Amino acid sequence: MSFRKWLLAAGTALALQMAVSPAGAVTLRYANQGDLKSLDPYTLNETTTNAHLGHVYEGLTSRGKDLAIGPGLAERWEIMDGAKKWRFHLRKGVKFHNGEDFTADDVIFSADRVRAQGSNFQTRVPKGAKFTKIDSHTIDVELESPNPILIAQWDTWYIVSKKWAEANNSAAPTPAAATTPSFIALNANGTGPFRIESHQPGVRTVFKANANWWGKKEHNLTEIIFTPIPNDATRVAALLSGEVDVIEPVPIQDIPRVNSSDKAKVLAGPELRTIFLGYDQIRDELLESNVKGKNPFKDVRVREAFNLAVDKETIKARVMRGLATPSPLMIAPELFPQAGFSSKFDPERAKKLLADAGYPNGFEVGMDCPNDRYVNDGQICQAVVGMLARIGVKVNLNAQPKAQYFAKVLKSGGYKTSFYLLGWTPGTFDSHNVLFDIHGCRADGSPRGESNLGGYCNKEVDALTDKILVESDTAKRNAMIKQAFEITTKEFAYVPLHQQALAWGVAKNVELNQRADNSVLLYWANKK
Amino acid sequence: MLAFVIRRILQSIAVMVSVALIAFIMFRFVGDPVNQMVGVDTPQAEVERLRASLGLNDPTLVQFGRFLWNALHFNFGVSYQFRLPVTQLLAERAPATLELAFTAALFALLVGVVMGVYCALRRDSWLARVFQAVSLIGVSLPTFLIGILLIYLFAVILGWLPSNGRGEVVKFGNWWTTGFLTLSGLKALVLPAITLGLFQMTLIMRLVRAEMMEVMRTDYIKFAKARGLRTRAIHFGHALKNTLIPVITIAGLQLGSIIAFAIITETVFNWPGMGLLFLKAVQNVDIPIMAAYLMLIGFLFVTINLLVDLAYGFVDPRLRVAMRT
Repeated sequence: MSFRKWLLAAGTALALQMAVSPAGAVTLRYANQGDLKSLDPYTLNETTTNAHLGHVYEGLTSRGKDLAIGPGLAERWEIMDGAKKWRFHLRKGVKFHNGEDFTADDVIFSADRVRAQGSNFQTRVPKGAKFTKIDSHTIDVELESPNPILIAQWDTWYIVSKKWAEANNSAAPTPAAATTPSFIALNANGTGPFRIESHQPGVRTVFKANANWWGKKEHNLTEIIFTPIPNDATRVAALLSGEVDVIEPVPIQDIPRVNSSDKAKVLAGPELRTIFLGYDQIRDELLESNVKGKNPFKDVRVREAFNLAVDKETIKARVMRGLATPSPLMIAPELFPQAGFSSKFDPERAKKLLADAGYPNGFEVGMDCPNDRYVNDGQICQAVVGMLARIGVKVNLNAQPKAQYFAKVLKSGGYKTSFYLLGWTPGTFDSHNVLFDIHGCRADGSPRGESNLGGYCNKEVDALTDKILVESDTAKRNAMIKQAFEITTKEFAYVPLHQQALAWGVAKNVELNQRADNSVLLYWANKK
Repeated sequence: MLAFVIRRILQSIAVMVSVALIAFIMFRFVGDPVNQMVGVDTPQAEVERLRASLGLNDPTLVQFGRFLWNALHFNFGVSYQFRLPVTQLLAERAPATLELAFTAALFALLVGVVMGVYCALRRDSWLARVFQAVSLIGVSLPTFLIGILLIYLFAVILGWLPSNGRGEVVKFGNWWTTGFLTLSGLKALVLPAITLGLFQMTLIMRLVRAEMMEVMRTDYIKFAKARGLRTRAIHFGHALKNTLIPVITIAGLQLGSIIAFAIITETVFNWPGMGLLFLKAVQNVDIPIMAAYLMLIGFLFVTINLLVDLAYGFVDPRLRVAMRT
């Protein structure tokens, strides 16, 4: 009896398996190296997670294929009172996936929720900003100080339904350190072009096209199946065998193989992330060096020598296999023009500068480097070690996984590094973030310069940074940004290396737009 | 006898506690979980609040004590990555690992025994030499390499079998999912099961071959021949039966290591089991998952060894005497 039952179950399952999917169904299968860890849009501010959730949730604004800011859930907005007051006109007739109408109440609720304790997106909306409902689809935002880039990151400040969140005990954001599972971390209810059909964390997430979406559809998909595949070789094999249609990323060394296959191709392009070297210029004595009693990096000549000794073109050609854009600036050319800035390679002059600074025979310094965070990060560091050896500097490389690396070099670890490699993408896509976060003077109790691991400090740059934040005249603002970068490059605050390249693997029958911030957005995908 | 059992159980508990303690000391060196939980540009005050709320600022011994106390209540905490109870995550992933391990063990046992017997009986045939060569590959090539080779041959070049995942699964009851009942599930099982079972298969094959050749030289086999029994009856009725006793012991003991070492196979084939969960936990410094998984594997080995010891006691009269004293 039990065996017969089993046979029946097996037979039914096989029959179900054979059932053909409905005509016209287009399923796109997508694999990424990272997981989709929480569906709560305020838990983790990270590009991949934001891109995933961007299929389901929407912000008041949106960013297009070229990253230009456009209307989203807000149809239009007016800037009043010298950027101190903003009025948003919300889109009418928009419905959440569960059928509720989208109104001003949801925006006000989301503005409180995103700033609440536990949210990883608190900086999206300034603390003092006051949201006032004018009518059901109009909102005023009053700021304490003018802010022309208020909406720079609002495309990923996703609007959550007030009624739904409150009814499901999810009015408070799920903190990254949540100790109890929350409803909203496992379920989603947005206004976006896709809704989540099923979600098994770390295994599989199925998105279905939202037939009632307000916007103009630019994809032909009915379903997206997302699987995290952390192992590089497995991910590439899955693409080459046709089991998935899109993968991100393709390891650089596998690019020729993917391109030579008849099933897939690599979509490559510049990314906004800048990879750079930094040095401790704040301690009176380096933690890891044979120079005692003083810090060589406090001497601008030593910093210049390091800049001159690193050959960015060789790193591009040898380590990055051509997939990098050498950069003289700490920000990508897509975000701020690099005209007037250039980098030089001159080891002879570097040697002379070192001798002038009192190190004719060089010195020894320890270097911290991640080996699983950026594209070929460990190899870049090895190349740098070789290049610095040519000017007599002996670098003791400590390349380690990101978990250990960040624990050591970030503020929480006490900035315990003398020389390091890091990558930075300004979350706002604006120079102010670069100047504030990684060039600002560190001070206790202030977020300024928290990621400025080497402790570079120039009060003049700080003053300019503050003015840049509130200046609403674009031409004047750009002139000030340029002035600030001129100071920091003249003082060799960092050794900018390059903007790394994006590499996505895409099946030949799929058309996809690649956005420079590395967001894989499949609502622009078409599959034949 | 009872005293022996109690002594062994107490020893097992001591082993479990040491596993937990060693694991906890190791966790101090795997990195800072908070940096993996939030973006690099998160304000420092927020990071500090997270650290405090996770109790990461407490001394290791306090954290260890808290962990033991909760573990006694079968509470292994909430995963840092997924914000779900670790017990639930492990239970969801366990069927995948167990089905894979079971299939791999079955494959290793069946193919290993058949190949071993053949090699013992037709020692000089060319096929036996091929089997020997294959077993050498199985012993010497690392698992991930075998896995990748199989993927490239059967998934990428030939396109016969899937390269990753579990295929379609059927749900049984509350948390058991099985891939045995669907075509895609069975297809997905083939490559990882072979990869995982290959090492055990070669082990069993070599063991069977050696044992069988030994048995074939014994007097009772010669006597059976003299009695005029059919070769078939001698080989499979008498020789094989006696060969299998040590093989079964080894196979039982190896089941534990198949489950524990499925980590690499699961990673290569993106098999959504406990091993893959553990590996991702290591990369993301997800201490609750790492701790629970290590405890689970420790428990598995301790239990298997305990059962084996007890079984020996029942089987071997000499040990039974030793136990009584």
